[in-house]
Amino acid sequence: MTDTDMVMSCRKVWKLFGPRPGAYLAGLDPAASFDQIRADGYVPAVRDVSLDISKGEMLVIMGLSGSGKSTLVRCLSRLIEITGGEVRVEGQVIGDLSEKELIDLRRNKMGMVFQSFGLLPHRTVLENVAFPLEMRGQDIHTRRARALEVIELVGLGGREDYFPRELSGGQQQRVGIARSLAIEPDIWFLDEPFSALDPLIRREMQDEFLRLQGLLGKTIVFITHDFDEALRLADRIAIMKDGAVEQCDRPDRIVMEPATEYVAKFIEDIEKARVVHASAMMQPVNGHDLTGAAVDGGKTISQLARLLVNDDRLILPVAGPDGAIIGGLDRQKALDVLLGAKE
Amino acid sequence: MTALSTNAHHVDARHDVRMRVAQILLMAALVLTVGKGVLPEGLVRPPAWMVWPFADWINAFFDFLRDDLGLIHVTRAFADGVEWLLDITANLLYGKNRWPRLGPIPWSVIAITAAMIGYYLSGWRLAMFAGLTFVWVAVMGQWEWTMETLSVIIVAAPLSILLGLVFGTMAWRSAGFRMVLNPLLNVAQSLPHFAYMIPVVVFIGVGPKAGAIVTIIFSVPPMIRMTLLGLQKVPPEVVEAGHMAGATRWQLLRHVRLPTARTEILVGVNQVIMQCLAMVVLASFIGMPGLGQKLLQLLQALKIGRSIEIGITIVLLAVMLDRCSKAWATRQPEHIEKGTSWLIRHRLLLVWAVLVGVFWGLSLMFPVLHEIGRRDAFSLADPLDAMMDWVIMVLDPVTQWLRWFLIVWVLIPLRDAMLWLPFSAVLVFLMAVGWAVGGRRSALICLAYFGLIAMTGWWDRAMITVYTVTFAVFLATLIGFPLGIWGSRSESRARAVLLICDTLQTFPSFIYLIPVIMLFGVNDVAVVGAVVLFAAVPLIRYTIEGLRNVPVAQIEAANMSGASRRQTLWSVRLPLALPTIMVGVNQSVMFSLFMVIIAAFIGTQDLGQEMQRALSSSDVGKGLVLGLAVAFMGLMVDHLITVWANRRRKALGLET
Repeated sequence: MTDTDMVMSCRKVWKLFGPRPGAYLAGLDPAASFDQIRADGYVPAVRDVSLDISKGEMLVIMGLSGSGKSTLVRCLSRLIEITGGEVRVEGQVIGDLSEKELIDLRRNKMGMVFQSFGLLPHRTVLENVAFPLEMRGQDIHTRRARALEVIELVGLGGREDYFPRELSGGQQQRVGIARSLAIEPDIWFLDEPFSALDPLIRREMQDEFLRLQGLLGKTIVFITHDFDEALRLADRIAIMKDGAVEQCDRPDRIVMEPATEYVAKFIEDIEKARVVHASAMMQPVNGHDLTGAAVDGGKTISQLARLLVNDDRLILPVAGPDGAIIGGLDRQKALDVLLGAKE
Repeated sequence: MTALSTNAHHVDARHDVRMRVAQILLMAALVLTVGKGVLPEGLVRPPAWMVWPFADWINAFFDFLRDDLGLIHVTRAFADGVEWLLDITANLLYGKNRWPRLGPIPWSVIAITAAMIGYYLSGWRLAMFAGLTFVWVAVMGQWEWTMETLSVIIVAAPLSILLGLVFGTMAWRSAGFRMVLNPLLNVAQSLPHFAYMIPVVVFIGVGPKAGAIVTIIFSVPPMIRMTLLGLQKVPPEVVEAGHMAGATRWQLLRHVRLPTARTEILVGVNQVIMQCLAMVVLASFIGMPGLGQKLLQLLQALKIGRSIEIGITIVLLAVMLDRCSKAWATRQPEHIEKGTSWLIRHRLLLVWAVLVGVFWGLSLMFPVLHEIGRRDAFSLADPLDAMMDWVIMVLDPVTQWLRWFLIVWVLIPLRDAMLWLPFSAVLVFLMAVGWAVGGRRSALICLAYFGLIAMTGWWDRAMITVYTVTFAVFLATLIGFPLGIWGSRSESRARAVLLICDTLQTFPSFIYLIPVIMLFGVNDVAVVGAVVLFAAVPLIRYTIEGLRNVPVAQIEAANMSGASRRQTLWSVRLPLALPTIMVGVNQSVMFSLFMVIIAAFIGTQDLGQEMQRALSSSDVGKGLVLGLAVAFMGLMVDHLITVWANRRRKALGLET
């Protein structure tokens, strides 16, 4: 991964709430625990977080309520000022930007979707979606045309004259999504966008979201407290607890190799076979005798279930996206995962 | 568990200490009262060294402001601006001979416009109500007075809304400004109406101009409060969405915060309009022409029938303005289907334009639609007078007896008792109450407020006000409390009674004087009667609200424990409703104080009478000192009740 691929990165980011957070952080032992900081009268919402997000990647930040995930995403978008560390967007330290530069950055590069939608109640769908364009000073015809385009994209065509209160929750969030996409942002923040919706609608919106992402290929920071949602959507998941990132990795690696006890507890009830891909479980080819038809490395173990049960080879060859053999899958181990055997 | 019990123990211990101190203070007050004969004079009446010449200081300060700082040029310039606006509305509404010299607009056109506004805001019923209000005004021959009153409201309300928005936004922006503004608003909202008038008379003079300006000043505080509240209540995510859209600070305020705070701001607008109407009617005391002045003259001449007519007009206007502005506040935007033609989109506007054209044309042909002269006007005065004479004749034995009984056996003895009490005993007693309610801090606050009243040198007058208010609130409780309990029995009854209370609360306070003067004539009993009527309304209201809002689970639990209706009321509903009911008592005291001061013009001997004198001699210092004395009484009661109710709510585990 080179620096040019990196759209966004944060280094040792801290956010403390309390009477004099800056001075306190300067004198703080970096190894201080959450409880120690709390005992000193400060709330460490974000603790020493370092993350890199590369172009076109979907990073899901997952944690229970109060784990600091919403604060972290607000640090990344500088909706709140950080106490320590730095956040870079395309190499630029956003903490150093003037108010005007920051506004310019948001007008051209960032979009954000909120948990309770954050729609303006007095504006129609069209006016809500066109709002960021209006702030940018675009004329009414251009912004109308662009807004209609995005409204069509999120499947709300025909509803552009409705007011937010006349729409259902799912439709309101579609407006929120359309608004955040109107300026064609490079970085797309989504703060628990589907948490306020009921489960059926949530599923539908996730599918819709994956469809959109397939079309647009944005760099995404997605916040959720729902592990299933994270597994469904993420390229990489960062699991947060008490303001710190416990583990940040690909979903199948988190499931196969939880870094901490906390993460291990989280994945306990997860059906691993649905998450783990063949390519994540394979071993290097060296020495093994691979024969017969290869399995697709991009398939999950549960998708390969029938084959795993019926085949009698010890090691199955795994093929990469281009069809070349990239490794071997130990059938016994794969069956263990499939049947949920505990090690 | 142990932590919990020690905590409870702690609270109990604190409570005990508080009560012990309060008892000691109470004993001290009793001793001071009983031993009045042997007390040194300095403990009976506030001694001369205690009375500070606040009034002179304030006068000196105002002279400095007016003459040395030249503030009078600023106020005069502002007043001239207001006058220019007033001339425009005066010309349009009742044809005062000023620029733009277009008026007067025919009454039928104004009535139809009001009806269309009512229809637009709420529907047929409000349309009928608004339209018929103006028809009544025209037919009863009160057009010109009503338009004089309305022309001031039309100028004053928007100006004070604007000022409220600006100050409210400033208060929201700066915590420092908010800290300064908040106590000022508290005092301003408990100052009686007259206290506002005197400085205005000094700086502006008398007449419609002064009436408009005092109206503006009087009605700004609630708008500031509501703007601040609205801006603070904007959901953080909406603001963040604005930030992420790249809005600048100004764009954020203009396009995100203020529009999202719309409902609170419009509630503020409603309050401004109602305050304007109340003040414009009272501004008759400083030469504001219109309905208020007519009512004042008629009441002074005891022309009951005619004053009832004017009273009805004022009430109709109040209800109409209230309903319209409330409908505006609750109105939600609705989308128009795509492809709707321009004509349909703007059909109300078109219908209005056509109707205006038609009625204007008709009014040129039939002058009676343009203006109804005094001679053509109807009057209900004669039948009303006859009816009233009959009612009074029937009721006379009762009212005569009541008047005699109240004056001889209640009012005079009570007043004498209050005046007889040594002032030191009163102060110590209030400290005892304060200590019992909120500990040392509250005791000191009580002492400070009433100590300051003693220092103004108006102790005796203040005691008369205290006795009137105390007695009136006591009577109001006797009436309002049972009525509230009765009203809370069923949902539908509660709704009906609350609607009546809401409507009664929109009436300008002046209106309440009409029935009592009618029944009791001009004397102390009438004053008490007006105060009782005015003060009973909030009591009924809050009693019902308190009782209706008791959590269902608690009532169900009581029912399942086999409690009778009576037992449920006394052991469950009332204790839980009491904090809310006390808020009603608080409002009731505030209303009483305002009313007592207004009622001064029918002859009382309290602070209000002195305030009337200060008004007629334009003595700013005296007027403000008297006004502040009244405000301090209100603020003290407000402090005690708020502290008590909050603690009680917390103890009951209700939301604070």
